[in-house]
Amino acid sequence: MTSTDRTLFRFATAGSVDDGKSTLVGRLLHDSKAILADQLESVARTSAERGFGGEPGAIDFALLTDGLRAEREQGITIDVAYRYFATGRRSFILADCPGHVQYTRNMVTGATTADAVVVLVDARNGVLEQTRRHLAVVQLLRVPHVIVAVNKIDLLGYSQAAFSSVADEVTTLAGELGLPDAHVIPVSALAGDNVVERSANTPWYDGPSLLELLETLPSLDELETELEALRMPVQLVIRPQGAVAHDVDDPEPFRDYRAFAGRIASGTVRVGDRVQVFPGGATTTVTGIDAGPRELEAASAPQSVSLRLADQLDAARGAVVVAAGALPIPRRELDAALFWLGDRPLRPGARVLVKSGTTTVQALVPEIVGRRDLDSLALEPADGLEINDIGQVRVRLAADLPVEEYAAHRRAGAFLVIDPQSGATLAAGIVTAPVNDLKVATAGSAGIIRTTTDTEGAAA
Amino acid sequence: MSEPNLRVEERPQAASRNRETEVERVEEGAQRPSRNPDSAQAGFETTAARSPQPAKGLDALDTLESESIHIIREVVAEFERPVLLFSGGKDSVVVLHLAAKAFWPARVPFPVLHIDTGHNFPEVIHFRDRTVERLGLRLEVAAVQDYLDDGRLRERADGTRNPLQTLPLLDAIAAGRHDAVFGGARRDEDKARAKERILSLRDEFGQWDPRNQRPELWDLYNGRHTVGQHVRAFPISNWTELDVWRYIEREGIELPPLYYAHEREVYRRDGMWRAVSEVSPPRADEAVERRTVRYRTVGDMSCTGAVESDAASVGDVVREVATSTLTERGATRADDRISEAAMEDRKKDGYF
Ligand SMILES: Nc1nc2c(ncn2[C@@H]2O[C@H](COP(=O)(O)OP(=O)(O)O)[C@@H](O)[C@H]2O)c(=O)[nH]1
Ligand SMILES: [Mg+2]
Repeated sequence: MTSTDRTLFRFATAGSVDDGKSTLVGRLLHDSKAILADQLESVARTSAERGFGGEPGAIDFALLTDGLRAEREQGITIDVAYRYFATGRRSFILADCPGHVQYTRNMVTGATTADAVVVLVDARNGVLEQTRRHLAVVQLLRVPHVIVAVNKIDLLGYSQAAFSSVADEVTTLAGELGLPDAHVIPVSALAGDNVVERSANTPWYDGPSLLELLETLPSLDELETELEALRMPVQLVIRPQGAVAHDVDDPEPFRDYRAFAGRIASGTVRVGDRVQVFPGGATTTVTGIDAGPRELEAASAPQSVSLRLADQLDAARGAVVVAAGALPIPRRELDAALFWLGDRPLRPGARVLVKSGTTTVQALVPEIVGRRDLDSLALEPADGLEINDIGQVRVRLAADLPVEEYAAHRRAGAFLVIDPQSGATLAAGIVTAPVNDLKVATAGSAGIIRTTTDTEGAAA
Repeated sequence: MSEPNLRVEERPQAASRNRETEVERVEEGAQRPSRNPDSAQAGFETTAARSPQPAKGLDALDTLESESIHIIREVVAEFERPVLLFSGGKDSVVVLHLAAKAFWPARVPFPVLHIDTGHNFPEVIHFRDRTVERLGLRLEVAAVQDYLDDGRLRERADGTRNPLQTLPLLDAIAAGRHDAVFGGARRDEDKARAKERILSLRDEFGQWDPRNQRPELWDLYNGRHTVGQHVRAFPISNWTELDVWRYIEREGIELPPLYYAHEREVYRRDGMWRAVSEVSPPRADEAVERRTVRYRTVGDMSCTGAVESDAASVGDVVREVATSTLTERGATRADDRISEAAMEDRKKDGYF
């Protein structure tokens, strides 16, 4: 058997239209043998029908991923498509994200769950406005790793100079945006150079191939589990009360069974650990960790478990179990960045729902502090947020939420903004440090400056 | 039947007891009784005992299992009347197994629904009934045959009943007032499914609008819906066929026997081996042979093909799937061969 300790790694692809995302994804799947004969046959047939490429038998790898009829017919990608492949070391979940300006929401969707984002750049065009926008999203959403694939290097005769000039642009941009270490790789998605194997066509490049990088970069949970304190939002409380599962032969000892079911958002819990429960902050001890009928001594993010506690706490869905001493400060007001995804714009005074962890509360957006200019990432004044805008807002909540700043804790700082009427998801939100003054945030764009230190006063 | 009490109300104002003192007492429930020795069949015996070490580098299956259990619990917490589409096929069996784990030691807190095309493999119906009885679940059945009998549906020229399932499914969802419907669909099955959300909103006609899907962000699922709408929930969206088999092996999950190699009267049609049965008779020019086959998917008998295989045990099947050169649908489902967009069209019309 192949090894069972293969880990899971999630990544997303992004780039402008025609940079070669679909081709790259098709190439990765093909070269890692994730494409099976019947799929390949159907793609080859369609490629031939469409008269793809000059050479007979050339395959349009994009057809492997462009799943919806409209996409195939128009040769464009509309929606995030999820793809799966595995190597000896890892199983991969890949979110193939469309590059059209109006579909930035798909990029945000892909990036929120990604351990890495692969941004494609057409070597002939270099860094475009779209590249900037995608890297800005990656930075703001704190995707752990970013890889920039400089594609179509075959069309530039595998020129080192051409690659270097794009790589320099990327490095400069990454620096401006505050992206720590972007990996830059010269590739040809069409020909397969440096995608799976390192290519003999680029002897001047001595870095890893794309797949080698994806196999070795640590995933979010591998990076964070050891570092962070336990946090587990309670999804529900399990109390069988006589209605026990079929494989429990004696229901009597389970008559008073009561456990808090949830997925560990961060850290590790061990039997005997002291924990606190939000709200209220009661301290108690973990007496048992159940994963189905199996008892565990310890569990870590992102495991789903049921925690038995020594005290009968009156906690329910929405409670959060944390390591003793790590109780979050209840928040009624948030400073937040919003990635606006709704068709209708956000206006100050909007009433929305906020879903964070396992809690949904009513909320008001009294103030839009500003909108990010995606070229400079600077905040500029705005009286609304349109679809695909990224803005800074203040949010007032109808009840306390146990959030943390996203920069310090991804899963505790992320939230959804939901339309209370239609139920639509309006925005991806992240809790930020307070932004009180545009002057502080913009650093240089000395234009109109509003002073908004008093959120109460600013409420619509 | 008494369903277990899973408390899902929104959180109270404050914890009622705020004890700061050390408490030594261990609850009664914390003493774990032994399990029923008969439960070896029940799908909970793990074949390989695994160490209870903290999850430094959880393996891929553990991570997928945790994600799926999280999804199942979210749906149960946020919806009034979920139901699981249960065909006895391996994917729905795995979802049921995950649900059993998610709520253990309480019973699975929702019923299962079978859309019965009438073209069933008898082994699968037998397995379905035994599983439901063993787990103490309620089974709802919506029969395509009833619709054909009273004229609400008409038999298709090709005899395939898979596309006929949509109407009984939607009626059953409405009749059961189900606001959430769990399914075992996986994104690796098909190009259209690759774009499906984990929680997917459907209108009163069950329709899927692929161009207007909610963005799915982090692991925060938005299940809000209005009257008449319901949500399809796909907890194993991110599993591949191989993951499913590895998990079946690891957890010792029982399946209908036709997933494993057995001898059967078959004939060749559309490049697949089709079982000889009342609902799928061979034509005069189709020679019947006895061959050793197994099924990679289990659906309507009139359109599901078998593959030649010697894989008689779960370990054999894992090895076979790992080295297969065909997708499971390509190998075995006539309905998906109709066109490039076959699945997309059926999904838009409210199919699973
Ligand atoms: N020469 C060359 N052409 C490429 C390469 N990658 C993609 N293409 C072509 O660029 C076009 C757009 O590719 P596609 O994958 O659809 O781009 P997407 O819009 O980013 O998904 C297609 O005609 C591809 O065949 C490459 O590395 N070299
Ligand atoms: Mg594309």
